[in-house]
Formats: sequence, C-alpha cells, structure tokens
Amino acid sequence: MERAPQQPISNSPSIKPQDMKLYQPLHLLPIGKKATISHLQLKGDMRRRLLDLGFVPDTAVQCLYRSPMGDPTAYLIRGAVIALRQEDAEQIIVSF
Amino acid sequence: MKKRKDILDSNLHTLPPEEKIIALAGNPNVGKSTVFNSLTGLNQHTGNWPGKTVSNACGTYTYQGQIYTLVDLPGTYSLMAHSAEEEVARDFLCFHQPDAVIIVADATCLERNLNLVLQTLEICPRAVLCVNLLDEAAKKQITVDLPQLEKELGIPVVGTTARNHEGLEDVMAAVARLTQSSSPIPPMKITYPEPIETAITMLTSQIETHIQGLNSRWVALQLLGNNQALYEKIACLAGEDFYQDPTFAPLLTQATNYLTEKNISREQQKDMIATAYVQQGEKIYQKVVTIENDDYAKFDRKVDRLLTSKTWGIPMMLLLLGVIFWLTIVGANYPSQLLSKFFFTAETWLLAAANSSNLPLWFTDMFICGVFRTLGWVISVMLPPMAIFFPLFTLLEDLGYLPRLAFNLDKLFKSCHACGKQALTICMGFGCNATGVMGCRIIDSPRERLIAILTNSFAPCNGRFPTLIMLANMFFIATYQGWFGSILSAAIVTCFILLGLAMTFLVSKILSQTILKGMPSSFALELPPYRKPQVKQVIIRSLLDRTLFVLGRAVSVAAPAGLIIWLAANITIGEVTLLTHAANFLDPLARIMGLDGYILTAFILGFPANEIVFPIIIMSYLATGSLIEMDNLFQLKELLLAHGWTTTTALCTMLFSLIHFPCSTTCLTIKKETGSWKWTLLAMAIPTLCGILLCILANLILKMLLALG
Repeated sequence: MERAPQQPISNSPSIKPQDMKLYQPLHLLPIGKKATISHLQLKGDMRRRLLDLGFVPDTAVQCLYRSPMGDPTAYLIRGAVIALRQEDAEQIIVSF
Repeated sequence: MKKRKDILDSNLHTLPPEEKIIALAGNPNVGKSTVFNSLTGLNQHTGNWPGKTVSNACGTYTYQGQIYTLVDLPGTYSLMAHSAEEEVARDFLCFHQPDAVIIVADATCLERNLNLVLQTLEICPRAVLCVNLLDEAAKKQITVDLPQLEKELGIPVVGTTARNHEGLEDVMAAVARLTQSSSPIPPMKITYPEPIETAITMLTSQIETHIQGLNSRWVALQLLGNNQALYEKIACLAGEDFYQDPTFAPLLTQATNYLTEKNISREQQKDMIATAYVQQGEKIYQKVVTIENDDYAKFDRKVDRLLTSKTWGIPMMLLLLGVIFWLTIVGANYPSQLLSKFFFTAETWLLAAANSSNLPLWFTDMFICGVFRTLGWVISVMLPPMAIFFPLFTLLEDLGYLPRLAFNLDKLFKSCHACGKQALTICMGFGCNATGVMGCRIIDSPRERLIAILTNSFAPCNGRFPTLIMLANMFFIATYQGWFGSILSAAIVTCFILLGLAMTFLVSKILSQTILKGMPSSFALELPPYRKPQVKQVIIRSLLDRTLFVLGRAVSVAAPAGLIIWLAANITIGEVTLLTHAANFLDPLARIMGLDGYILTAFILGFPANEIVFPIIIMSYLATGSLIEMDNLFQLKELLLAHGWTTTTALCTMLFSLIHFPCSTTCLTIKKETGSWKWTLLAMAIPTLCGILLCILANLILKMLLALG
C-alpha cells in the first residue's frame, strides 16, 4: 500500500483551504480532537484486529486520554473506547 | 487427517438427546456472564471468573419442561479466529452445531457489537439476539428500535436487563420457539464487494452437495482465504477426499485464480471481508439506534480522566489496592479469631468424646490432632480473608476498573517486552494462581503469554495472603493497636505486593532478553463503560464460585496433608521423627535463607496447597515440644519466639511465601496451558531460585544491620 502524503494532498487553487485535508498518523491527534481514518499501514494480526474493532476507512475517531505513563492512548471509535500503543497508532493514517 | 471426533469435545456428546444445546456468544464486557448466571442459576458445571470466560462453561436451565444446556463461549470481537478464544467460539458454532445461539449485545455500544452478530448469523442463523444493558442505555438516553432491528437481522430480538432478570423470560421463550420449529432458516447474507462475490458464487453449489448444515457461502469464503486450520476441519465434515474431488478441486483452483487475476491478495481479501461486516453493521446501526444526547458518556469520561490522569492515576491505583487489602485485613481479624475459637472448642469436645468412647489413643490423636486441627486451621485462617477479598475484588472487576489498570501500567510491561494485559492476569493471580495462568489466554502473542504464565506466581494468591497478613500483624505492628496498626499492616502487605510486581517486571525483562527473545507485539485494549456493580450477585457468585471453590480445594488437600504431617511428626527413626529428619537435612540451607529447617520443610510439604504451609510450621513446632493453646495471635507469637523466631525470620518467611514455586494445582494448569513439562519446570525453578536468593540477601543485610546497630 502506498504511503499517504504527510502534506496537504493538493495545492490546486480549485480547493478552498477549509476543504484541504491533512493526512497524519493517529498518534499525533491531540487529546479531545476528532479525525477520520484514511487507511491502515499495519500488517498481519493487528490489522485484522483493528478492522474487527471497526477501524475501517472513513470511520470517525476521537482521541480521549493518555495513560499516566504517556503510552498507550485511548481512542473513541464506533462508541467503544480502545487503547492503542503509539507504535500501532503511528500506522493508522487519519485526516483531520 | 483428524477424525471429526477428535475435534469435538467428547463430554457434550454424552448428553441425553432430548437436551437442547444452546451456545451463548457475545463481545467481552456486555454482561454475557450475567445472562449465563441468571439463566442457569446454580446449575453450572464449572465455576468461572465473570468477564474472563476462557473455556466453555456449561450450565442448564429448564423452560416449559424442556432442559436446555447453555454453553458459554469466550467473549470475542470477531469469529475470524485471530486468537485462541475466537477459534474456540467459531469451532463450537461450526462443528458442534448447537440447536440455537443466544447472542448478547451491549445496547450502549451496539454498532461494534453488530460485527460479531453478523458473523455469528452467517454461521448459525438459528439465533436470538439479546440486546442487554437496556437500563444503562436508557440512562444514557440511547434508544434501540428493537422491532426494526428484528426486521433488519431476520431473527428474534429481545431487549434485556439481565442483572434485574428483565427480559430473560422472553429470551427463553424465543429460544424455545426456535428449537421447536424444524423449518430451515436461511443464513444471514452478507454482501461482499466484487470480485469476492463472483468467486464465492463459483463454489457454493458444489459445497452444498458435500457439506450439510454449514452456510456454503461462508465455507467458500474460508476456503478462498486459505485458512489451513479450518481446511482440515471442513474436510472432516465433507469427507477426506473433498479437496481431491474431481468436480470440486478444479473449481476451487479456478476461483482462487480468479481472485489472483483481479489482483486481490489474501490480505486485501481479508480486509474486504472485515470491512463488509463493519459497514453492514454500521448501516443497520444507523437505522435502529437513536442517541438523544451526544455527550452520553460524559460521566465515564470524567471518571476515566481521573483514574488515568498523570497525577492521580498511579496514586489512585495504589490507594484502591491498599484499601482492598486493608478492608480484608481488618475485616478478617475478628471472624478469624471467632472461627479458631470455635474449632478449638470443637477439638476439646471431640477429644473428650473420643476419650470416653474407648477409641485407641493413637487413633484419636491422629485424626483429631492431625487431620481435624489442620482443617480447623486452614478454614479459620483462609475463609475470612477470602470471603472478604473475593467479593471486593469482583466488585472492582464488575465496575470495569481492571482494564484501566492495564491501561495505566502497559508502558511498564512494554518496556519489559511484555503485554499490558498481563496486569489483568496478575490481578486474577491474587485470587488464585491457577486461574491467573488460565487467564493468560487473553494475551494473544504466544511469547508474551508464556512470560505472563511463568511469572504469575509472583502475585501472592489467596493461599498466601493470610500468611503475609498474619506475620505482618504479629511481627511488625505488635506495638500499634487499632486502626493505625491495621493501616500499617495493609501498607506492609501492599509493599510485598509491589515487591512481587517488581519481580514480575524484572523476570519478564530477563526472560524476554534470553529464552523468550522478541519484541513487544501490538495490543488493542477495550476500556468498557463503567457499570454499577450488582452487589448482591457479586457477593453470592464470588462466595460460591471463588471462595468455596478455593476453600474446598484447600480443605481437600489439608485433610490428607494433616494426616501425613501427623505421621511424619510421630513416626520416629532412631528416636528422631521423620519431620525432624527432614528439617535437620534442610536446616543448613534454611539458616542461610534466614529460615529454619521446619519452615523450609513446611513450604515443601505445602506444595499441594499454599494454605497449609503455616499450619505445618505450627504442627511441627507443637509436635516437638511445648504444647500451648492456640486461640490467639499472641500465644502463636510466643510459640514462634520460643522456637527461635526473630523479625528476620518473619521477614524471610514472608519473602519466601511471596516468592517460591507455585502450588501443584497451578503447576498442573501450567502444564495444561503450555503443553510442556519444560515450561512447567521453569515456572517452578524461576520463582524458587529468586526466592532463595532474595531470602539469602535479606538475611545477610538484616544480620549486618543488626551487627552494626
């Protein structure tokens, strides 16, 4: 799967600034903020597991809180709170 | 190739044919165990830990004269067999072919739950959906349109609040109707994106001629996914030559090639299937659920922010554990004394009765001073702390706090290349290490599961708690009475727990850098909504399932052990008893460890159950001389002091009690879970060596300090 651009996808003048989407890994999502899942870069079992939990493209996800030790972080997805470690969240590309 | 019989669990087939088998499926944390308990009441075959069902528990209930056997499947998010539990659940649904399935779903989190519902319906359409926790949903102003949901899914849907028994009658009625009708129910049709649909269609008609009772679309999907483990099991149903069948084999190749031509890799295929379930679930969810207040989880978020906050998360955790230990210590004290008084009085009566009935002296001595006294000890020391600790702990579990514990501590476990869920198995280990070891099945990575299994005995189980509490009370806080003393003793016990935790981390780290090398694997942990615990239920269940179970085991071991110890203490070889021989033999090592030969002998004789270690120590001291009445702690302390105990001895005994080989039941469970004697032996050797080293170290340091001071 190709890597998502880290920059705005397009600078063409036909797209207004408020329509521009920023693709970023999920772990950069600040606490309290919402984003939409673009795609998963994870492989194997973890990919399967996250899909089972509803981490499919176009799903809204909100960052809720971080563990007192800084990792993992809890996310709200499809009404459930799921905690993910940073290295896994890094592999989930979201737009916000 | 395996025979079908090997796959199926044999004991279910011994059931009389008129009994209907009903499977109970559902996500974790949806109140599945509550439904199971409410339906079956006390008619259960195995006690299980609520929320942590790791093996199929069975129970029966009767409705309108018909007996139903309810099989509690492990709570899973999916049936795609990514973990051992999912495989157990899926295999039961596929190959046991239950008469019906009850699927339990959480009304407050229906969208995620629908994923499993759809997957289950694909395999087993004869199902009832039980939308549970309706009261919680009402509180959060979430409404579920049950009739609409029924229409969408094509199966009976019943709204329940299982903890208040609401709606369960309707569930039983729906199950009865389902099992009585013999008309076939078409399986749920999940539409997959092209080209998967075309590939499925290529196979279904041939599969239908070979396999009855399984959804051919689903079988086709599994065959296309090249699921090796399932391959064989399907062949058991279809006949061994299924894959060589001249009409079927070319079709399978053709369908697989078709997907390859369309550039669909196995990975993508799995992605598309998983996404199809989620999207179909989402569609249904949007039609049936209305959320009036978007901020419905405000309370949960608030509590979570506090319990996982940077400042308060860890202190709150320590405080909670401390309070539980404190309540256990304070609460257990009085009933313990009452019980031991009762047993002592009973012993006196029994002795008097025996004396007047002309029974031989050795006989009364053996059974009353040997067996009965040990039993009395085990019960009076064990029962009160267990009867307090287990319900308290179950309350914490019911409340939903334990996943937060794993969340708070995961980074520590990760730094040891282990899994945060190990925190949960450690907590289970506080109750009983055998259960803790079994609970390690919730850890997906085999390497991390082994680490959790090998280190589980560092969590002091209920068989060891009383020893820790008693010694802490006797030797460290004797000068403080009242509540201050009890807080101090809770603090000491908490320190020992923390020491056990530290050892867990240390050993996990060493293991993951030596024999169990590997990187920490990924993990996704659900933090379920907080639930109002069902206090009455919790007390009844934890008393029945846990307390009586663990006590029963302890007692059944204590009685014969009491006999053996009495014999060892009374049979003499060359004027010295067997027990003394053993103690003398172990004495040199024990002295280095800050113990004495009798204490070490007691630990070894206590291998069947940790509960009897302390009674053995007392019995061997009593058998070798001074005989005093044993009805309170002070006299007990006098006895110990008379046999040369110092604070160092007490500390080292506590240390070794915390860190030594797991009991025989735990060892057998480890053998069963790992399937290897090598790991079982290692699980014994590691804590034993650690314990010996720590004791030697503590002894040396204390001796040096005393010499200096």
